[in-house]
Amino acid sequence: MLRTRHLAVFMAAAIALCTSPLQAFAQSKSTADHSKFKELQQVFKSGPEVTKACLSCHTEAAKQVHKTKHWTWEFMNPDNQQKLGKKNVVNNFCISIPSNYAACTACHVGYGWKDKDFDFSKEENVDCVVCHDTTGTYSKPPGLAGNPVVGAPIELPPGSGKMLKPVDLSKVAQKVGKTSRDTCGACHFSGGGGDGVKHGDMDTSLAAPTAAVDIHMDAEGLDFTCGTCHKASSHDVPGSRYTPTAIDKGGAHIRGKEKQGNPATCVACHDNTPHKKAKQAERLNHHAKKVACQTCHIPEFARGGIPTKMVWDWSTAGKLDKDGKQFSKKDEHGHVVYASHKGDFVMGTNVKPEYRWFNGEVTYTLLGDKVEKGDKPTQINRIGGSATDGKSLIWPMKIMRGKQPYDPVNKTLVTPHTAGNDDTGFWKNLNWEKAIETGMKSSGAPFSGKVDFIETEMYWPTTHMVAAKDKALGCTECHAKGGRLEGIEGVYLPGRGDVHPWITQGGWILALLTLLGVLGHGFIRIIASKKA
Amino acid sequence: MSEKIYIFKKFERFWHWSQAALIIFLMLTGFEIHGSYSNFGFEKAVGYHTTAAWTLVGLWIFAIFWHLTTGEWRQYVPTTKNVVAMIQYYLSGIFKDAPHPHRQTQLSKHNPLQRLAYLGVLLFISPLLWTTGWLYLFYDQWAAWGLGSLSLYWVATFHVLGAFMMLLFLIAHIYLITAGATLTSHLKAMITGWEEVH
Repeated sequence: MLRTRHLAVFMAAAIALCTSPLQAFAQSKSTADHSKFKELQQVFKSGPEVTKACLSCHTEAAKQVHKTKHWTWEFMNPDNQQKLGKKNVVNNFCISIPSNYAACTACHVGYGWKDKDFDFSKEENVDCVVCHDTTGTYSKPPGLAGNPVVGAPIELPPGSGKMLKPVDLSKVAQKVGKTSRDTCGACHFSGGGGDGVKHGDMDTSLAAPTAAVDIHMDAEGLDFTCGTCHKASSHDVPGSRYTPTAIDKGGAHIRGKEKQGNPATCVACHDNTPHKKAKQAERLNHHAKKVACQTCHIPEFARGGIPTKMVWDWSTAGKLDKDGKQFSKKDEHGHVVYASHKGDFVMGTNVKPEYRWFNGEVTYTLLGDKVEKGDKPTQINRIGGSATDGKSLIWPMKIMRGKQPYDPVNKTLVTPHTAGNDDTGFWKNLNWEKAIETGMKSSGAPFSGKVDFIETEMYWPTTHMVAAKDKALGCTECHAKGGRLEGIEGVYLPGRGDVHPWITQGGWILALLTLLGVLGHGFIRIIASKKA
Repeated sequence: MSEKIYIFKKFERFWHWSQAALIIFLMLTGFEIHGSYSNFGFEKAVGYHTTAAWTLVGLWIFAIFWHLTTGEWRQYVPTTKNVVAMIQYYLSGIFKDAPHPHRQTQLSKHNPLQRLAYLGVLLFISPLLWTTGWLYLFYDQWAAWGLGSLSLYWVATFHVLGAFMMLLFLIAHIYLITAGATLTSHLKAMITGWEEVH
């Protein structure tokens, strides 16, 4: 099945390649054929040159992008005044960005962010085509600070013997179009440094998914792009993991009505009473008052065959093989489960989420915050929520568990310098002290020189990979002892035996005593009658 | 010598047995819904439990009508007469083959303890199960009915409490079938209508 689908996708791609650009354009609904624009009929020597050409018509575009998180990698959480964004947070994957800019900014919508002195005010530094490419030929390798390879092929990393081909910027520029699953996915499918690593509900299986992987994005069905739900306005893409919409009481969005809130929620299309024709529709709609849509409709994440990282233990990094070289180990599926420069991993496919009350409040443990090594893992991002706050629903979560370096003297998380072809980058040198010293300097934070490892947890609310409705969770998944919602407090959940144990245990004991009583009574009667 | 009297009329027997079947079925599905064991699966158990409950409601409508029109409701009027004697009989007399203190007649089918037990079921256990059961069924409408402050936890707790009381009743009731003039005389009476008495 998977193979025939791959074949179908391949055939479709082959046919698409064979058709002329004119025909391809005729299929698009756009009123502008960018290949006819003189501004784009030139040889571009760099990304910023392309952007200048874009901006000669789209005069406000860069100013709009400059205001977004995609550009600033910074976000002020209005609820708790925490300064977040990729630039500031620490996670339990590749940990942090400062000192690793040239690698990490391969996923920045800009050109040239190689260190902390990047000029955020320059309009031509915005990378238009990374989101608007339709050719699939544009890419930005880690290490070039967000620049594509232009002109001649280059060896990357230097000395590796791996040659990267240049991108034909003219072709890319002449064929720009709307964003697609491919353009968004180029970064978002590979969060955490590889396909499917970070989110669990996003990986390259969503590039052309089957209905089984995602009912909305189904390439042969509804064929949603990311932008269908994350409907951008002025280049600002709604939907956030810093301030997620955990509960949407606003109903379906109606044209002409302003300020309708986040358009990317389920409710924004499906309304607050989404079950219309289903058996027990009313009862299911009532469930939706306590349970997020995602809880039943995303039975498992990482369903596209690509594993997601569930555990990352940095503390075991640094081992070498007998030749003194870095090595890696794979599991029986061919997935890397140990790498000298990263440590041990636990990978998972078709993972059942864990469930938590969630009200959308997320509090990060930031670099200056004190952390304590104890019985409980440090929460990278604490989530708020309870049965009684009126703002929470029961949400499915990927909980990423990690063991990462920290400073046991200052009691803070640390931001190691990982990527980089230099003397301190951990991935090359395997020396924590040096790597952390460089990284913390770049972050402007103190480092005692001591390194230890601390267990951490990070919450990733699951919202993509929505299954077909007949694959939604059945009742017994939760309405049972040891079911999926076993640990969820604050609701009476029939099937879990939730009443006070005095009643249940007391009830059975009394029933048993009654039974013994009547049996004993009967027994005495039998004895008595025999004697008589 | 024993004699036979006609105690239970056709409708009464039909009522008794269909009610017995429904209550046992409600217990099986109910304890499954509660999470005590699994058999049908939660979804089906809920469906069957609901259907059985509504069927029992239908049956009761007929039964109440029958009791009122025939005046048989008087069989449940409690009496203190012979209560102590009955208790003494169950505690000792029955072992010594002593005569049963209650003499069954058509006007007095039930012994005084039975009257009390059935009245308890009628006035306490059943209403507890009915009220909480109905509330449980219409959980989705609570807010619309102005019952938003009601807690499902307590409704469910009392429903389960009622179920356990019914279970205790059932165990005792089934055993006491054997406590008639002969081991099977009560059972025969409830099947054929004719009770063998001393």
